[in-house]
Amino acid sequence: MSPLLQINDLKVHFPVRTGRFGGNQSVVKAVDGVSISIDENETVAIVGESGCGKSTMGNAVLGLAPVTKGRIEFQGKDLATLDATGRRHVWRDLQVVFQDPVSALNPRRTIAESIAEPLQIHGYERAQIKARVDELMGLVGLNPDQRDRRPGALSGGQRQRVVIARALALSPKLIICDEPVSALDVSIQSQILNLLMRLQRELGLSYLFIAHDLSVVRHIADRVAVMYLGMVVEEGPAATVFANPVHPYTEALLSAIPLPDPSLRHSRKRIVLEGDLPSPMKPPAGCPFVTRCPVVEPACGDARPPLEEISPMHFVRCRVRAPSPVVTKI
Amino acid sequence: MSLLAIDDLAIGAGELSLVDGVSLSVEPGEVVALVGESGSGKSLTALSIMGLLADGLQRRRGSIHFDGADLTQLDDEQLRSLRGSELAMIFQEPVSSLNPLAPVGAQVAESLIVHGRASVDGANREAVEMLRRVGIPEPERRARQLPTELSGGMCQRVMIAAALISRPRLLIADEPTTALDVTIQAQILALMSELAEEANTAILLITHDMGVVAELADQVCVMYGGRVVEQAPVEALFAAPRHPYTSMLLKTIPRLDEEPKQELFAIKGNVPSPHDWPAGCRFRTRCDRAMEQCAERPFMSGQVHRVACHHALGGDL
Repeated sequence: MSPLLQINDLKVHFPVRTGRFGGNQSVVKAVDGVSISIDENETVAIVGESGCGKSTMGNAVLGLAPVTKGRIEFQGKDLATLDATGRRHVWRDLQVVFQDPVSALNPRRTIAESIAEPLQIHGYERAQIKARVDELMGLVGLNPDQRDRRPGALSGGQRQRVVIARALALSPKLIICDEPVSALDVSIQSQILNLLMRLQRELGLSYLFIAHDLSVVRHIADRVAVMYLGMVVEEGPAATVFANPVHPYTEALLSAIPLPDPSLRHSRKRIVLEGDLPSPMKPPAGCPFVTRCPVVEPACGDARPPLEEISPMHFVRCRVRAPSPVVTKI
Repeated sequence: MSLLAIDDLAIGAGELSLVDGVSLSVEPGEVVALVGESGSGKSLTALSIMGLLADGLQRRRGSIHFDGADLTQLDDEQLRSLRGSELAMIFQEPVSSLNPLAPVGAQVAESLIVHGRASVDGANREAVEMLRRVGIPEPERRARQLPTELSGGMCQRVMIAAALISRPRLLIADEPTTALDVTIQAQILALMSELAEEANTAILLITHDMGVVAELADQVCVMYGGRVVEQAPVEALFAAPRHPYTSMLLKTIPRLDEEPKQELFAIKGNVPSPHDWPAGCRFRTRCDRAMEQCAERPFMSGQVHRVACHHALGGDL
């Protein structure tokens, strides 16, 4: 069976003007050769720090960022070749939930109007819409009494429930969740994560889950891809990657999570990376992580290492930790 | 004597009460975390120490003693001489807290010059040295750059350098790493604890992140609905939280050692806004231990581990 979403060697490059008078052209390689697939009923998480290209990748799937090179296939159809009608069909099955529920909702519309909007666009009748809105509100745990309230009268968690209800209106197959809980209070985050997991079980949804909070990702994802400077540096089943991180960046990222347990403060092995993320306009030659890597070797700057499959479905891009097999002639 | 002692602080705006009877103390060299969710009053408490409450917000009662002097009784001039010398503050958004038109070196040196502690040349030299101490590579060159030429993590280092250059006795850090990436956060937390220990600077750390609290704090004050609900040494708070809110909050955080995909513990309801705070215990509408008695306000009790709850976990200690 072909995957629900298949991204092949995706590149999103933005031209930018630099220099004092904007006279120099250079290119930000926000996404630089990413391949990822998502099956039905699967959650794939993309993790990485700001500027790694994870949100740009989600935007490219949604048609909100220009695709420089590569193919995005959804349900076997190449998104780039679709006409307007074809796209409208795709948007039934492909929806998005963004980080900030305040800016995602029109403050002048009531909750019911916001949730009804995709149904109106797709030509549902009034009676159908009313019934469906009530059903959706129940599904995401909103009280039907709240249908005529406006977003300003709701808390952050309730607003995110409205956004999720709207995304579910047309019964999509895949929802791109871009940092869906990071703007919410800690005591509300687990409510929304539970809601997303329940909806997946009940409706058979798939999620492309973009997040920086690794504790959340470990909990919700089936597979995880770690991005650094526009590239995937490690990808695999979430349980494997979290238990046995192989790329030195993944290792550092996991060791940097502040754990809510003061007794580990002194015993825990910590890898504190030196320096900052390099500018995506001037990425290092060779391995993207070469400027901050604790296990760097001189040859790492020579060429970009390939993603090697080191165990079934576990891929790592590192010439030190996952060297390419040497082909020897007999 | 405590370095900082806040007693029964209340802050309001018009009809609304936003901070209601907060008491806490910070000893010299100690790291005290003030934890809470949005609207809990943690940032207002911090701002009122600095005398930086926004227009429309008033301190309604209570005292704030710093090194024996009541800050609430000082005039603007006296407060200004404390800010940037004995008392320093860093904010969540390093980029918007720095002047975009001034070189970062000058901004780090500023407090020494303003307080007459060094000549301009001397202050600039010390600023470069301080930038080196906070881990900025090529500090001489960076000192001449504008904040826009630096990354967010670098700008937060500049803020820390500017706050610590005058060797303050108390550093108030309001969500110092929330806007930063996790690998940069680890660098900044390590730096703050190292520098504070070296100069015996006390830190009042305002945060919502229990992971950051566990990394850095000696003492923890948990706030909910404008009040402190629990106060304890960090190990005791995490090992045996006594307020149901603290206990439930710790349980909601997904842990790296638990079974994935299972339903997470969730606190019912929403974080109430100050308009909707219930009478009595403000957590009682979300609390599974709430009883009739909770309609009356619980007050803090206990010695080392203090809690404001009629039905605290662990019984009467």
